Amino acid sequence: MSAWLPGPRRAAWAEGVDRLRDAATTEPGRLRIIGAVLALLVVTFGAVTAWQITERSSAARDVASRSEPLSADAAEIYRSLADANTTAADGFLVSGQEPAAVRQRYESDVHTAAQLIANAAANSQGSADTQNQVTLLNQQLPVYTGLVETARANNRQGLPLGGAYLRYANDQMTGTLLPAAQKLYQTETGRLNGDYAAAESLPWAAWILGLLALGALVWAQRRTYLRTNRVLNPGLLAGTAAAGLALVWLVAGHTVARSDLGDSWDHSGRSLQVLNQARIDALQARGNENLTLVARGAGATYEDAYEQGMSTLDGPRGQQGAGGLLAQALSLADDPGGRTPVQQAADGVAQWRSRHNVANNDDNNGDYDSALAYVIGGKDSSGTEVTQTTGQSFDTVDRSLQQAVDHETGEFERAAGDARDSLTGLPEGAAVLAVLGAAGAVLGIGRRLSEYR
Amino acid sequence: MASACAVAVTATLLPLLPCDAAPLGAEPSRGPGLTQARQVSVDDSCSHPEASLRPSSASGDAVKRIQQQGYLTVGVDQNSYLWGYRDPETGQIVGFDIDLVKAIARDILGSDAKIVYRTIPTDQRISAVQHHTVDMVVRTMSITCDRIKQVAFSTAYFQIGQQLLVPKTGTTVTGFDDSLNGKTVCAASGSTAEALLNSQPHGSRVLRVPNQLDCLVRLQLGQADAVLTDNALAAGQAAQDPAVHLIGQPLTQETYGVAMNLADTDLVRRVNKVLDDYRSGGASSPWMQAYGKWLAHNLPGVTGPPAPLYKD
Repeated sequence: MSAWLPGPRRAAWAEGVDRLRDAATTEPGRLRIIGAVLALLVVTFGAVTAWQITERSSAARDVASRSEPLSADAAEIYRSLADANTTAADGFLVSGQEPAAVRQRYESDVHTAAQLIANAAANSQGSADTQNQVTLLNQQLPVYTGLVETARANNRQGLPLGGAYLRYANDQMTGTLLPAAQKLYQTETGRLNGDYAAAESLPWAAWILGLLALGALVWAQRRTYLRTNRVLNPGLLAGTAAAGLALVWLVAGHTVARSDLGDSWDHSGRSLQVLNQARIDALQARGNENLTLVARGAGATYEDAYEQGMSTLDGPRGQQGAGGLLAQALSLADDPGGRTPVQQAADGVAQWRSRHNVANNDDNNGDYDSALAYVIGGKDSSGTEVTQTTGQSFDTVDRSLQQAVDHETGEFERAAGDARDSLTGLPEGAAVLAVLGAAGAVLGIGRRLSEYR
Repeated sequence: MASACAVAVTATLLPLLPCDAAPLGAEPSRGPGLTQARQVSVDDSCSHPEASLRPSSASGDAVKRIQQQGYLTVGVDQNSYLWGYRDPETGQIVGFDIDLVKAIARDILGSDAKIVYRTIPTDQRISAVQHHTVDMVVRTMSITCDRIKQVAFSTAYFQIGQQLLVPKTGTTVTGFDDSLNGKTVCAASGSTAEALLNSQPHGSRVLRVPNQLDCLVRLQLGQADAVLTDNALAAGQAAQDPAVHLIGQPLTQETYGVAMNLADTDLVRRVNKVLDDYRSGGASSPWMQAYGKWLAHNLPGVTGPPAPLYKD
């Protein structure tokens, strides 16, 4: 078969070229070729525009409806796991029976984490990285809660074994679960950045084809004018208008979408990343503050970690408010709705630090009971009920940051939604305009052709 | 004693073992029930690491320092059930060691003495004393030939030995012998149990944790097959988990002492004076009362404190 097949094929191809060459020698033949090329260019421009904008539009939709929420979920998984761990240590510090509020907070943290892990699994979309971290989280979360329950059971029987189980559970949390949640957050944030890049990448092919089609249409009209002295060819003019409109729509629509996406990132996306990090740092500082008291004298490393967390949040000791994540979040917040909660969080941190210093001084001077009361509440060593605890300050900080996150998420969704909306109808519109443009070109050329009959 | 002391001469092999480490299977000689002081000659071979300085109630530099600071800082544990542990019900640290701490604090600072408890991991006890992070460590700390070069000990206040703790059922470990081959044995880092396992592993893998109680967690979770620790502490573990028990005989003879800085000789003499009072009174001595309150139920058969030994 392959021995004789190329023969006739080459003959057919050669025949077609010959016919084209023959056609190009006469004006009607040349007009037919010009008409065909114009139609092909305009239709290709329309098709490529529809395809490229559909891709960008779906990436813009993913930013708003999939990857940003998943990245936020991953941050929330980390936060609820760390909060559960801190709360468990809180419960341990309280003498006697654990307060119901502490128990409820722990339960709700674990519930939130489990739900969001399931959600991340359902949306992993074949990403091996995501699946690995989700599997690890799914396996280790029940192990962790089992250890905490064992700690609780022993604690209630008055056995110090409970404390040993809690330390072991804390090791599992900080050594396995939190690193997995951190990796998940990085993976999801990587996907978000990928969707951003896909939505913002410039549709070069569509632009070039649009310019080529417009140029060819203009050239065809100039050629007609030179040969016939007629200024206007309605068909070609209509074709040019349709192709030109499609190109303007393409450039304008995508530029607006890019700027909306840029807004969503500059005004909210960046704020959200800083705020999420600030929440996690506040939480870890609280955890370390608790562990300093749990370790009772052997907690120098926890106290150092607390101090480091506070420096990251609010600037180094002695230069509070200078630098740090909260100052960064404040400069990123671009409206009062975003600034107010961040300012409240910063005030809360300042209050927390000064209360912590009191507690820490008591601890260093041997008044453990007062230190404990300043951190979790209760009576100090002189029997006075302490009403201004670092725990309250931490709650203020966490609540304010949550408000800031909610506000920025709203802003983000609005800007990302605008980006998606500015591309709405563009693929379909470009396709229709291209068909109209091609039809115009063909009609315009057809009118010239009819003059030769 | 002579043959046991030969072990101490080869101290490079057994850095942390007390020189009077008894051979495997030796009968433990618990408190002899007499409190008469003896004096021993001290030589380089470290025949009696538990020999301390003569008691005195005089206040020297170290005692005055504590009185000026207004409180006594003590390194303790909050995980050693019955010895020094945090009672989850009250949040207070209590136990046999803590009763002794209170007696010492009362003697130095008066009846309303303020005490700062610093809980420290097993392997931080010596550095805490050396760096004066604490005035003293009262934390089930064995007096060993190696440690007396780094810290000063009071006279002995309790006699113990290393012993194995295993689950009551489903274990093939029968004692500190080749039945440990291929098994995982847990011990606290920096403990005499860890030193013993390093020198005689019997084919076992050693799992090191910060605190002996962490070993019971690992045993319950199936990550360790056996725990090696002081029988006094192991009794505290068995009291928290009825499914485990001590097997074999104590492998060593060791004594607990209060550790202090080598420079604080007046404090050592003062603590020895407190211990003298603590031991005296026969069956109604403060020592016997504390024993009855904390240990008698889980560590029965002790008739009295070990007799003090002095080197000067």
